[in-house]
Amino acid sequence: MDYLDRQLLNIIQVDFPIASRPYQILGERLGISESEVLERVHRLFETGIIRKIGPSFDTRRLGHVSILVAARVPEERVDEVAHIISSYPQVTHNYGRESEYNLWFTLICRDEGEMNDILESIKSRTGISEMHMLPAERTFKIKVEFEF
Amino acid sequence: MELDIRLIKMLQEGIPVTERPFEEIARRVTLSEEDVIRRINEWKANGTIRRFGAMIRHRLAGYSANAMVVWNVPEEQIEGFGTKAIEFPAVSHCYQRPQFPGFPYNIYTMIHGKSREECEFVARSISEATGVVEYKILYTNAEYKKTSPVYFG
Repeated sequence: MDYLDRQLLNIIQVDFPIASRPYQILGERLGISESEVLERVHRLFETGIIRKIGPSFDTRRLGHVSILVAARVPEERVDEVAHIISSYPQVTHNYGRESEYNLWFTLICRDEGEMNDILESIKSRTGISEMHMLPAERTFKIKVEFEF
Repeated sequence: MELDIRLIKMLQEGIPVTERPFEEIARRVTLSEEDVIRRINEWKANGTIRRFGAMIRHRLAGYSANAMVVWNVPEEQIEGFGTKAIEFPAVSHCYQRPQFPGFPYNIYTMIHGKSREECEFVARSISEATGVVEYKILYTNAEYKKTSPVYFG
């Protein structure tokens, strides 16, 4: 990754041009051709640094509901339980953490009904009963861009 | 509305890396390129889209340490704490969440750093800046899943 790649990443994380020829606009800003920008973006995808280019929606504005769940899982069952939980498409994040609450996952569902169904299904399939539901009561910040 | 949902479903998979990505998206949802561009700009303006851009794998980008730091903040200090904590660039997310028995923490911050020491330094700095001393650092030891949400799936 060279200087131009880093510049490009800093720009397209926050300010991807919503225009007919976005890579031409980026090229003008970086002083390179449209095709060179495209080549660099392709390469950043291939190396895995870029996962996707697209929108981050505001979950609530789309009428969906989200929740964070903290689970306490016997250490020897963490991997097995984590894989069951990850298999639900509504589970977006699932992390093992160093704590007595050692598995933390987030769910995004179309409504409360779907959320309750999935949580019940997870509980019955895993047999894990100690799960704490932690909805965001207030959001101070969501920022996922990184400086390169 | 149905067209909106089709467009949302298409966009959330990511736009193709090609000269005219919005034309390609437009073709798939049977809209014009201008309509797609206008709709996205409207959604950005009214907050339906929080951000439109490249999503990166931060571990590959050198941010390998990632900690959830939880804080026990007295009710009357929550506002001030939140305002100060989000000024730290290493803090990507900051939420107020319910406490539960045995876990008296009500503010959750995600801190990203290049090392554990860096995460600890940020947590200590937030503590000093806010005067909140009861906090706990939960390091990530396994990433089982990290995907974008699927809306209207």
